[in-house]
Order: sequence, then structure tokens, then C-alpha cells
Amino acid sequence: MNILVGIKQTIDTAATVTVEGGKISAGETPLVLNPWDEFAVEEALRTKEAHGGQVTALSLGPDEAKEALKQALAMGCDSAVLVTDPAFEQTDSLATSKAIAAAITKMGDIDLVFFGRTTVDYDTGVTAAQVARRLNWPSLSLVADVSELDPAGKSITVERMLEDGRQVVRCKLPAVVSVVKEINEPRYPSFMGIRKASRTEIPEWSAADIGLTEVPGAVLRWPEVFAPPKVETRCELIEGGSPDEIARKMVDRLVEEKVI
Amino acid sequence: MAGDVFVYIDHFGGQAPLSSWEAVGAGVQLAQAGSGKVTAVVFGDGVEGLAQTAISFGADEALLADSASLKDYSPERFAGALSGLVKQASPDVLLFPTSGRTRELAGMVAVDLETGIIPDIVEFEMKDGAVLATRPIYAGKLMARVLIPDRRPQILTIRTRAFPMPAADSEKSGTVTRVDLPEVQALSEVVGYKEAGGGVSLTDAGIIVSGGRGVSNNPKASPPADVTDPKEQEIWRARQGFALIGELAQVLGGAVGASRAAVDSGYVPYSHQVGQTGRVVSPDLYIACGISGAIQHLAGMRTSKTIVAINKDSDAPIFKLAQFGVVGDLYDVVPALTKAFRERLS
Repeated sequence: MNILVGIKQTIDTAATVTVEGGKISAGETPLVLNPWDEFAVEEALRTKEAHGGQVTALSLGPDEAKEALKQALAMGCDSAVLVTDPAFEQTDSLATSKAIAAAITKMGDIDLVFFGRTTVDYDTGVTAAQVARRLNWPSLSLVADVSELDPAGKSITVERMLEDGRQVVRCKLPAVVSVVKEINEPRYPSFMGIRKASRTEIPEWSAADIGLTEVPGAVLRWPEVFAPPKVETRCELIEGGSPDEIARKMVDRLVEEKVI
Repeated sequence: MAGDVFVYIDHFGGQAPLSSWEAVGAGVQLAQAGSGKVTAVVFGDGVEGLAQTAISFGADEALLADSASLKDYSPERFAGALSGLVKQASPDVLLFPTSGRTRELAGMVAVDLETGIIPDIVEFEMKDGAVLATRPIYAGKLMARVLIPDRRPQILTIRTRAFPMPAADSEKSGTVTRVDLPEVQALSEVVGYKEAGGGVSLTDAGIIVSGGRGVSNNPKASPPADVTDPKEQEIWRARQGFALIGELAQVLGGAVGASRAAVDSGYVPYSHQVGQTGRVVSPDLYIACGISGAIQHLAGMRTSKTIVAINKDSDAPIFKLAQFGVVGDLYDVVPALTKAFRERLS
């Protein structure tokens, strides 16, 4: 099995994110591997462990994104590639999916691609489906379980977690899978893995390297990013001599305020 | 046509979430701004009723593809069909409610039509003939205004409960046009369904009662003798607490939520998780029980209209966001609330 896992570097979810001079800032908080992508890396590694093969981590981003790729390597990926080009500085999902699909085409011979369901920064959550569409491969999004994988017969059966229940879907490989948190518990990088990651050379592919003669620009514009207005709430503490009295007072207040 | 809006009606087996009708309402607002018309698009099996409902909620007309072969949502078939219809009619805007299905579908149609997609919007205005949409980023820690200046259609998905539910007018008439979809090869096959959703879904819920790590902190309940492992004892205690939370949610017709700490500790399944790596929700009432309020959790529920916090620790950050608070033991307060609401609502 030739497995690819697409990842992104993001700001840590514990960070306080602010806007300074129109630019998004997370202060000194270090950048991390997008938390959703940890599940994708883990599933790629488990697939390899069960069926053999190679796992390649791929990211599109600036040079710093190599740190996220190193984390994927430290978890156990065999190799990593960074797609990077000044042309991708202003990117959106349409352009990103084009670049990732082109990189996958360049690699050739990929059986299965994993993504996290979304990223914790811009939360667009459409890249996996868009990459699948560009490659004309089946899109298996929001997968909570890979029930069956048959590398020889080139088929996969998964459970997709939709709002109204789990849909069981079967298709032929190659396919693009986006995973949800329920699918597994990501491993921590091992000491050996970290040492190996620090020594692994991560090749850089430019737009031209992946065969994009016409570099796709973003079709979205972002005229403004702002902090939501601070809601000044003063918490009204409900007190009373007994839980029942507190509960009655609380219900009274919620009815008065027309919440209920 | 310029100014026209297509609204895709998301549904599961003919049951549409309320957000589909909120999308029709938002579509009507957009069409009025651009002097265009609203066309609802319905794919499925035995779903003519949904086309009529869309018209009663304000759509001017509906395109209906109704056949047994469309019973199950299939990304490639639905995307191919929708892209085809949109190409023919050239609307300015293609609008979706936000769900797992529609993010996939909208993303694929955007690729087919080489246009932009702005998911999960909470507000919009018109600017120089384009929709200037507002959407949360970093799970609501920041907001971004986004637009698609040059490509059409502009593809948008609207966040559930961010737009008002339109009023239904059963007298309103509109043409339902049946369309035959081209035979597009489905690339995957639906084998079946498991765990069909029970209870109220988190994103649709008007009221959410949530539990955190504090739910396991119940010294009064003692686990059965055969539960000896400390971790299992903790989970056993927490489940007693979540049972109380579930009763309160049931009395209020709401859904049960949880913090990441509660999910990671194995108290409840992940599908209940509210927060930056769970669901982002904005109910009318959010009752947080034994949740201290980590920044990731607050990001997922801060837009709730009214927040009630119940926590033993009066310094818990959740009280900074809550309108009403009780400093006390959820094991005392939650059952008392259930009783008080039951009396009041009966």
C-alpha cells in the first residue's frame, strides 16, 4: 500500500489568538501539527502496520511547515514532502486542492490518501473532498472506522459519521479519506522517531515541480479579520438555602428573561 | 441569471434539518438584495414534499429530481447533477445549510465550477455586487469577512441557527419542475446505516446541557463491588452524573453535550463533544455542569444566547462567560433543576 497523508501546520488550540495591525497573531505560542491531522497520520500508520507499504506525509505551506512534517515523521511516517512556492502564499481551498492533487499525480501509484476532517485555524473542511474531485477518486469523508481494507482486491469499506447516523460505504481504491476523532487514538512520537525525523531530508516541491504551469491564485478575498466584540457579561449568582430553592430561583430568572 | 440564488435542500431520507429552511430564508434575503429569484434544489426519493415546503418558506420555485436511484446521498452523483443544473441556470449564489454532507458536496461543486466556497457563514451583506460574508475562524476566537469578487456562483454554506427560521406560508405557490439527472457514475456504494441518530442533534439543539470532568467528582455514589479499577470507578461515577444531565436535557427537550476532558476520560462518546475539536454550537440556552471552561471549550459555545454555569469552584473561567451561575455541587443542583423545570413546564 502506498499511503499519503495530507497535513497542515496550525496555531495551537490553547493559544489566545488576536489581530494586530490586520495580521493574525498567537504571540509566542508554537505552531503545531493540526490536531485533526494527528488522527489522519495515526490511521495511515495503522494501515501500513496492518497491510505493509509506505506512508508519505505531504504539506503545502511555508518553510516552517517542515516542523509539522517532522512531527508526522516522528510519529512514524517513512518520508515527507513540502509543497512550497511564493505563489501559494495567498491560497484558498480551490488553489490548495489543485496543488495537492497535482502533487499526488506527480507521486503516482498512491492507493489511499488520508486527511483530518478540517483544520482548527480556518475550519473550511473541504480540502479532502476537493482533492478527491480533482483526481476523480471516491471521496470518503468524516470516516469514523475503516471496517475492511483489501489491498489485493483494491477495495475499502468505511463508516462515515454523518449528523443522522453512520453511513457504511464501500468503494474501489484509490480513494481519499477524511477522518474524525473517533477513528483512533493518535500515538505520541517516540524518542527514536524524533531522532529519525531530525535527520530526514524533506524535499521541497515548487509549483513548477508538480507540473502547474499556471499557478492558481486565491479566488477568495479576506478584506477584514477582527476579534468578535467582547461581550461584557456579569454573572448573576443564584443563591439559596437549599438546592430546591436555588433551582426554583434559577427557573424563575430564566422564565423572566424569556430564555425558556 | 444575475441576482438569482440556488438553495440546496439537505435531508436524510426525506427529513430535512431546520437549517435547510434557514438557508431558504437567507436565500430570500440575498435574492431580494440582487432582485433575483430563489430556486430550491431537492434530490432524493419521494421528496416532492420537501420541494413544496421550500416554496412555503419563501423559494420562488423548485427543481426536483425524485427517483429511487437517488435514495442514498452519493457525493459524486449529487455533485455532478448539481453542477450541471447550476451551469445551465448560472445563479449568482449557491447556498447550502452546513452539514457533513453539504461541506463535501459544496466543495466538489466548487471544483467543478472553478469557483470559491465560503463555508459556515453567520452573517452577510452585499458589497459591490458580491456577498461579503462573515464567518468564525479559530473556532470563533476571531471573525473573518470573506468574499468572492470575480467567480460565479459564489458558494456559501450557512451555519445552523445563525439565520432566522423563515415563517411558513402554506398558501404561497411556485412551480416545481421535475428534472432528470444525467447518469453520473457513483464512485462509492452505500452498503447500509448504523446507529441511526437518536435524540436531539447537538448542532440543531435549542438547549444543551453539558458535563465536564467535574461530573466524575461524586463521592456519595459508590460503585458496585466488582468495579475495582480506579479508572473504571471514575467512569462509573461520571456515568451516574451524565444520567442526571441527560434527565435535565430530556425535560428541556435539549441535547447532551460534553467537554473534551469528559470525552477523553471515556465518560461519553465523542459525538457529544463541544469545543474547538468537537462541535461548535450556539443554542438559546447552554447549561454547563462541572465544566471549568478551557479556552477550547469556550470557543465552541461562546455564541450561545444564554449560558448557565454550575460549578463548585467559584473561580472557574466559565463564570466569566455565564449570565447565570450557581456555585455548588452539580449532584445537588442538577436534579433540583430537573424537578423545578418539570413542575414549571408541565
